[in-house]
Amino acid sequence: MNKRQFLATLPALVLAGAGCGDARDHAHAVYMLVDTSGTYAQEAGKAQLIINYLLGTLQPGDSLAVARVKSRSFSEKDIIAKATFDTRPSQANSQKRAFREQVETAFRRVPGSGYTDITGGLLQGAEYLNEMGAGTKTIIVFSDMQEELDKVTQRDFPISLKHIRVVAVNVVKLNTDNVDPRRYLGRLEAWEKRVVAAGASEWRVINDLQRLDRILAKG
Amino acid sequence: MSSQAWMIWPDNAAVSVLVLAVIAMAFMYAARAPMHALIRSLGHALGGPLRMGSRWLAAAAAEIHQRNKAVLLAQGRQEVGHRIEREFERLGALVTRDLQGYPALQRKLLDEITRIEEDYKKCGEVPPTPPDWTEAVTAVAKIKSTGSEVVLRVLEEINRSVNAIHDKAIGEYRKAYEARHKILEGFMPFWRSVDKNLAEVEKTVAELKNSVKGVDAHMAKYEQINAGTDKAQHALTVSAFTQFAISLLVMLVAAGGAFINFKLIALPMSEMVGAGDYITSSLRTSEVAALVIIFVEASMGLFLLEAMRITHLFPRIANLADRVRRRMMWIALTLLVTLAGVEAALALMRDILIADKQALLQSLATVQAHTATDGWVGAIPTAGQMLLGFILPFALAFIAIPLESLIHSARTVGGVLLMAVVRVLAFVMRLSANVARNLCRLFVRLYDVAIVVPLLVERLVQDRLGERHGRRSTRMTDMDVDIERTHA
Repeated sequence: MNKRQFLATLPALVLAGAGCGDARDHAHAVYMLVDTSGTYAQEAGKAQLIINYLLGTLQPGDSLAVARVKSRSFSEKDIIAKATFDTRPSQANSQKRAFREQVETAFRRVPGSGYTDITGGLLQGAEYLNEMGAGTKTIIVFSDMQEELDKVTQRDFPISLKHIRVVAVNVVKLNTDNVDPRRYLGRLEAWEKRVVAAGASEWRVINDLQRLDRILAKG
Repeated sequence: MSSQAWMIWPDNAAVSVLVLAVIAMAFMYAARAPMHALIRSLGHALGGPLRMGSRWLAAAAAEIHQRNKAVLLAQGRQEVGHRIEREFERLGALVTRDLQGYPALQRKLLDEITRIEEDYKKCGEVPPTPPDWTEAVTAVAKIKSTGSEVVLRVLEEINRSVNAIHDKAIGEYRKAYEARHKILEGFMPFWRSVDKNLAEVEKTVAELKNSVKGVDAHMAKYEQINAGTDKAQHALTVSAFTQFAISLLVMLVAAGGAFINFKLIALPMSEMVGAGDYITSSLRTSEVAALVIIFVEASMGLFLLEAMRITHLFPRIANLADRVRRRMMWIALTLLVTLAGVEAALALMRDILIADKQALLQSLATVQAHTATDGWVGAIPTAGQMLLGFILPFALAFIAIPLESLIHSARTVGGVLLMAVVRVLAFVMRLSANVARNLCRLFVRLYDVAIVVPLLVERLVQDRLGERHGRRSTRMTDMDVDIERTHA
C-alpha cells in the first residue's frame, strides 16, 4: 500500500464503518495440472520450478492444488497435493514448506502414463476450483497439450470452465510439430477455441519460464 | 427530398434567394414589434435573475464578511485575553518572587548606608593640631647666629626638641591617616553590597518594566480588537493564515509519521486478524486494523493533551474537576504506553515475519542465495523498528496541538475563501447579466439591419406623411426610437 492508497483509505474506513464493505472473495485458487505422460515426464523439474514460484507468490488465504495428468485424470486421486493457506502469514509459510516437501516427494516416485487425459484434468480442476469459491480461479496446464485418449475414455462433449482462467505453460514442440509447425499452431488454436467455448475468462500460453509473473497476472 | 426544393425559381439560385429574402424581409418587418419585444423579454429573462443572483451573492458575501469579522474578533479577543491573563500571572509571579523581599532589602540598604555614614564621619575626625610653638620656632629661626657658644647650644637644644616633637606629630598623623585608611578600606564590602543590591533592584525593575511593556502591547491589541478596527482584523487574518499554513505543514509531517507507523504494523496485524479478509477491493481488514490502532493512539494523545490542558478542543474535559481530569490523564497515558508497547511488539513480529518469508523464498529458489551473517549488525534494523514502534505513538500524540491550531485557523481561512468564492460568483453573474442585456440590444439592432429596406421605405412614407400632417408623426417616430433605446 503506497502513500496515495494510504490517504485514500481514510474515506474507505468511513465507508467500512457505515457497513459498505465489499463482500467479494479476494482469494485466488490455482489448480495446476502436470502432464506425466510419455516423454513429457522429463519436464517434471520445470513443473517444480513453477510450483515453487506459485508458493512464493500466493498470499495467505489463497488455495493451490497440484494434480497429474495421466490416462484418465477426472479423479481426486490424481491430486498430488492441495492446500488452502491459512490467513495468518506465519502459518501460511509453514503450510507452503510442507506443500513443497509433499510435491517433491510425489514427483520423485511419479509413474509415467500411456495416455494424456487433459480434458479430464480440466474437469477435475474446474470442480475443485468451484468448490473453493475463490474470487479468482486459475487452471495451469503444464503439458504439450497433445491429448491422447484410449478408446474407452469419452471426452468429446462440451465442458464448463466458467469464470476460470486457463494458462498453458511450457507447451513444448513435438517432433511432428517441427516437421509441420501448423500442427503445433493448430493444436493451440483448437484448445483456445474449446476453452473459450467452455466459458473460460481467459486463455493464455506461456512458454518463457522467465516470465512466470504472467501466470497470475489478469488480462 | 431534393436539395433544390427550396428554390422558388428552379435552376436559378440567385433569384430564388432574392425572392426568399424579400419574403422573409416582409415577414420580419411585419413581426418587427413582437420580435423586438421577444428579444427584450429574453434579455430580461436572462439578465434579471442573474442580476438578482449577483445582488444576493453580494449581500451574502457582505454577511459572510461580517460573520467572519465577528468570529475572528471574538477569537482574537479570547486569545489575546488569555495571553494578557498569562502575562499578568507571570507579572504576579515576578512581583511575588522578586519584590516580596524588597522591605528586607531596603532595610539592609539603609543599615549599610547608616554604617557608611558613621564611618565617613569617623574619617572626618582629624588628629589634634600641633601646639602654637611654630611661631616661637619661627622667631628663634630668625635669630642670627653670632657664633656664641651659648646661643649655639640653645639653638641645638631647640632644634633637637623641635625635631623630636615633629617626629612625634608626624607619627601621630600617620597613625591617624592609617586608621582612616582602614576605615575607608572597610567601606569597600559595603559599597559592593550596596552596588550589588542596587543592580539587582535595577534588574528586577527592568524585567518588570519589560513585562509591563508586553502587557501594554497586548492591551493595545486588545483595545484594537474591542474597537473592531480593520488593522486588528487584518492582523488576525494574516495570523490565522500563517497558523493554518504552519499547522498544515506539521500535520503533513505527522501524516508521514503515521504512514511509517502504518507500514510498521500493517503486516503483523494480518497475523492477528488474518490477511485474507478484505473490506473493499484493495483494502484488507488487517490494514484497517492497523489504521484503527494508529487513530486510537492519536485519540489517546489528544485526550492526554486535553487532560493536561495543553489543548482545548473539548471544553467538557477542561471543565472536569481536577481529580477526575488527573485520573483521565493517567488513563490516557497508560493506554498510550500500552499501545506503544504493542506497536513495539508488532514491529518485532514484522521483522520475524519478513525473515520467515525470506527464508521460505530462499528455500523455494533454485539457486540458494547467500544468507547474510547475523550478529549485532543484523539486530540493528530490528531494534530500530522496535524503537520506532514505541516512539511514534508518542510523537503522534502531539498531533493534537497542530490539529487544534488547524481547526481554529480553518474557520477563518475557510470563511475568507468562501467569501472570495461568493464574490467571484457575484461578479461572474453580474458580468453575465450585462453580457445578456447587451447581446439582446445587439440582436435588436441586427434585426433592424436585416430589414433595413422596409424600414427605409417606412421612413420615406412617414416623411411624406409628415410633410402632410406636420411634424407630429416625426416626433412620434423619434419617441419610438427613444422608447426602444430606453427599453433595450
